[in-house]
Order: sequence, then structure tokens, then C-alpha cells
Amino acid sequence: MAELKIPISAKDHLQGDANAPVILVEYGDYECPHCGRAYPMIKRVQKHFGAKLAFVFRNFPLNQIHPNAEAAAETAEFAAENERFWEMHDAIFENQESLGLEVFLLLAEQLKLSSAGLREALESGKYASRVKSDFIGGARSGVNGTPTFFINGDRFDGAPEFDELVAEIDGRM
Amino acid sequence: MANILPPGTLAPDFALHVTPDQKLSLSELRGQPVIMAFYPADWSPVCGDQMALYNELLPEFQKFNAELLGISVDGVWCHEAFTHDRHLHFPLLADFEPKGGVARKYGAYREGDGICERALFVIDKTGKIIWSYCSPVAVNPGADGILQALEDLGK
Repeated sequence: MAELKIPISAKDHLQGDANAPVILVEYGDYECPHCGRAYPMIKRVQKHFGAKLAFVFRNFPLNQIHPNAEAAAETAEFAAENERFWEMHDAIFENQESLGLEVFLLLAEQLKLSSAGLREALESGKYASRVKSDFIGGARSGVNGTPTFFINGDRFDGAPEFDELVAEIDGRM
Repeated sequence: MANILPPGTLAPDFALHVTPDQKLSLSELRGQPVIMAFYPADWSPVCGDQMALYNELLPEFQKFNAELLGISVDGVWCHEAFTHDRHLHFPLLADFEPKGGVARKYGAYREGDGICERALFVIDKTGKIIWSYCSPVAVNPGADGILQALEDLGK
């Protein structure tokens, strides 16, 4: 059984209580259609468990097959530095059909972030090392595609469906 | 599951087509670590495709000076189309004639199905297998085992 090698830390994007009985970690790619389908499903899972579940998102862009995945990940990291990570994370998944620089800049504006600042950060690759370090940590932990989930540190090898995830999480409560 | 060749075994040599007019033999790669990834078939429909993952990890493998070879029973033209479509930057070998001949030598052939197992081998620079792993055919094994084996090799 593959295990999460990189412990959850303050550097992570975490929704909920870091001391919740169960922490669900997703390694995801903003351009991956399977991650796009998982996005609303995760929201349902979070609603189902409420405060008993915390959720962490880490980057795992498959750049060779998803040309916008890296820039999307860096855009979310830019928003994170401005304390708007989750809004950007959600907005990117909700616009998955039309990813590209234009949309990233527009989303930044909608979140009252500097689109010029974002453009500069993307051009200079300011957040590339952060994304890369998520990716390598994921590969070391046995991430084998996107999305890959870890439940309290153990890789979840079932189908990324509501019922299966809920059953597995219930078992850890 | 198949009985794949265990660590400590000398990796059987082979020469397989990598392109329609070019062959590659394992012995040509002596002097550097080699990762052999047997997999069932090209054109896996999911983003979680094993070869796509390894493609992204090539820079990591290169840090260990390791060469990655993907191997399936698909023919060279199939591999060529797959490589092009997925932007793969490492060779895919065609274990096509005799079908599965190399996979059989490594214990990585699924007789009834006529395809390779999802079997991984890390071979050291002297040609010896130092790590091997066979995953259930439906489970993409990821790369953590490969990275660990390469790291241990450097110690």
C-alpha cells in the first residue's frame, strides 16, 4: 500500500480543521477531466462529513498531455499567496473547458487580484518550484495518475466516486 | 500473478524494434541504470496512464543517469502513433515477434490474455536486476518503487 511521504504542513492548502479525524489529500491536475469530475464530488463528500473531514489539495500537473495544467497550478499558487487559494482552485475547475492565460487573468481580476502580478509570476515561473515540489512528493508517495487520493496517509485505490470515498472515510472515523 | 525475475538475476539480453528500422538491445545500455516497464497495451484511455506518468518523471530518472524503456506487445507503428499522440520522450519497445518473447524471459507475460504484465525492473549498470515489482494488471504501480530503487543504487 502506497503511503503519503510528505506530511501535511502549514505549507499545504487545507480546508477544514487540521486536527480533524480524517484528512483527505488530493493530488490533482486542473486540466484533467477526471479531476474536473471529482471536483463537485469532493464538495459533496466534504458536506457529508462536515467538520470531521479536512481536505488538502496538492499539484500534480501532467504537462505533456495537459498544456495548461502547469499555468493553472501556478495561478492557484499565486492566489494562495494572496489568501485566495480555494476561490481560485474552484474557479479554475469551474472553467476547465476554457483554460488558458486569458481565463487565468480574468479569474484573477474577478478575485480582485492583480492580473499584471499574475502575468509576471507566470512569465518568471515564480511558483514553478512549488508546483514541482508537490509533483515530486506525489511521485515519491505513489501517485499514479490524477486524481490520486490519500486518506489519513494511505493511498485510496478505489474508483473516485462518492459512495466509495465515503465508505472508505467512514472506516477511518 | 506471474513469477517475475527477482533481484539478483542477470537481466536477459534482447534486441527489439524501437522504430520501424531501428533496434535497441539491452546490452547497449551497459554502464548506466535501466528501468524496464512492461505494460499491457498502448492507448490506455485514462489520464492516469502509467507511461504518461513516467514521461513526466523523465527528468527525475535522468538525475540517476537512468534510461527508461517501455515494453508491450504492440507493434512499432502502434508505438509510433502512441508516442506521437502522448508526446512521450522515451523509447517504447515492440515485443511483437515472437509475440511476448522478451516478456516471457522476464516472467512478465500473461499467457491467457496475450499481453504483458504491469511489471517493473530496475537494472544496474552491470546488467543485474536490483529491484522488480509486478502490479495487479488494473493498478498503475506509480513510480515510488522505481525512484526508491534508483536512490538505493546511488548509496
